[in-house]
Amino acid sequence: MIRDVEVLVIGGGPAGLCAAAAAASLGAHVLICERDYVPGGQLVKQTHKFFGSEKQYAGDRGIAIGRRLIEEAHQNPNIEVLTEATVIGIYEDGIVTVFHRNQHIKIRPKRTIITTGASEKFLAFPGNDLPGIYGAGAVQTLMNVAGVKPAEKVLMVGAGNIGLIVSYQLLQAGVEVVGIVEAAPRIGGYLVHASKIRRAGVPILTGHTVKEAYGKDKLEGVIVCKLDEKFQQISGTEQDIPCDTLCLAVGLTPLTELCWQAGCEMAFIRELSGHVPLVDENLETTVPGIYAAGDVSGIEEASSAMVEGRLAGYAAAGSLGYEPEKAHERREAAAAELSELRSGPTGEKILAGLEKTAAKLAARKGEAKGC
Amino acid sequence: MRLSEHPILDFDRGERITFYYNGQEIEGYTEETIAAALHAAGIRRLGHSHELGRPRGLFCAIGNCSSCFMTVDGEPNVRVCVTKVQAGMRVEEQEGKGVIRND
Amino acid sequence: MLIQTGIPSAEDILTVTPSEERFAKGPVAIAECFQKIPCNPCMMACAKKAIRVEPDINQTPRVDFDVCNGCGVCLTRCPGLAIFIVDKTYSDTEALIKLPFEFLPLPKEGQLACGLNRAGEEMGWFPVVKVIPGSKTNKTCTICLAVPKDLAMEVRNIRAGGYQDGR
Repeated sequence: MIRDVEVLVIGGGPAGLCAAAAAASLGAHVLICERDYVPGGQLVKQTHKFFGSEKQYAGDRGIAIGRRLIEEAHQNPNIEVLTEATVIGIYEDGIVTVFHRNQHIKIRPKRTIITTGASEKFLAFPGNDLPGIYGAGAVQTLMNVAGVKPAEKVLMVGAGNIGLIVSYQLLQAGVEVVGIVEAAPRIGGYLVHASKIRRAGVPILTGHTVKEAYGKDKLEGVIVCKLDEKFQQISGTEQDIPCDTLCLAVGLTPLTELCWQAGCEMAFIRELSGHVPLVDENLETTVPGIYAAGDVSGIEEASSAMVEGRLAGYAAAGSLGYEPEKAHERREAAAAELSELRSGPTGEKILAGLEKTAAKLAARKGEAKGC
Repeated sequence: MRLSEHPILDFDRGERITFYYNGQEIEGYTEETIAAALHAAGIRRLGHSHELGRPRGLFCAIGNCSSCFMTVDGEPNVRVCVTKVQAGMRVEEQEGKGVIRND
Repeated sequence: MLIQTGIPSAEDILTVTPSEERFAKGPVAIAECFQKIPCNPCMMACAKKAIRVEPDINQTPRVDFDVCNGCGVCLTRCPGLAIFIVDKTYSDTEALIKLPFEFLPLPKEGQLACGLNRAGEEMGWFPVVKVIPGSKTNKTCTICLAVPKDLAMEVRNIRAGGYQDGR
């Protein structure tokens, strides 16, 4: 049996929950497929307060924002949330297949919004496969979702926002953070996060990297060393740092398997942190009716992911004929919010990336006309 | 070790149960994943690499990377980081790549 | 340098420090926020409209020291925990500083806590005058610490735990 759905949202994280709420607010019926036991995505472990403006709930903790979005989704009669539901295929005939509690479900959506988020990047160095070398997000899950003390002594790699925030959260869980190693000559994350952990006594070693990790059955220590301005290791600068856990916070990469499978045109955009689907101003991919919002179309902050989700939700519902004028108006407002969030120095990188995708899309349209 | 107090969070772990890791009885809670319960018991090695037998632990803890495959109640290749623990569950380090059942 | 170490320089701090005349009038908010990031909860939190993040949310906040009365609401709202209240009129020799704090255990009023500077270095042991618990949703506590006046712009944290009893 095939189930007909108006708007299918794949992934119940910040972008997905906001996309569903937006589409449902205009009258569309939405099904969210979430692979985890609960929706919320990575918001469920973000114990820090979010930045942005009040439109993105700034000043509230990520977990509280998550709870609010989940509650809104559950209370909205136009939204159904299917948990433990992993979308495993998007086919040429428009059928989407879902693995749900040992059952195989087929869905025929009129519109699909892909909000699958991202996964953590890895780093190459000898010994990097030892137990105790974890993604920073993994450690965050262990301590903030399960309430398990993840380590006794941690070395963090990466002084971007995730590395800084997770270091702070490790301190809150009573874990010793021996330092943060950052290859770049400068801190990449927000400096207020850096100052927060620095005044708690955690040193930030910019221009340093992990040379190797050692241990027998699990991690016992890490050798770090300095880097020159060409990011080459400087011999003789090695430092042996005993620790039971090494956290890698070296960036995220968009989870785009479904975009590839659906036939969306993809491009590698460095500023967006990997291969991303080309999307237009409505966040619609090159496959009509399939939208992509949040980290899947470029790594950015959760506040932007929420606004992108809303934008795609309004556009999708509007295109189905639900209050097109209101949909247009709200889409415009969301676009203005995104511009505001990205207008400062921290938004420069993402804007450069988006410019590249826009250029590729324009070139593609030009080619299509040429044929 | 489990956190008993936290400046921001309260934890709802569910009911206390026991399960088995390589035959050894381990404490867990029904709202925990297998990986979290093992980690709380100090178990970080979850498996080994096929070629060199190097020890393997979890990496992403959210079901993306497959580094935490174990055999659970006889079923191989279970991502223990996203599978909740249940009373009496038998969790074992996996030998080989696992066989797909034909039932 | 701040961007390499996370420690604001003395020059950075000077740009957000009120005059001694203003300090002499009572408590005031110090926003140690030096980077243009999209964020404005401090502005929204201030009932007196003493904090401006203008013309857009990517600007750093500017505190109007003539309007600010050092109430401390912004301190618990700031996502970066970058706002501190300094009251140099607390006593003849001491200033009262209010710090955001999100660790356990909390000190008790009257105990001594180890004060840390922006680099996390020990600055001495100082009496905890008051501990204001965070609200149910916000959870950020405010620690009121009495420090010698010359350390009012130096002490920015306390070490969690190891508190000592008595003065």
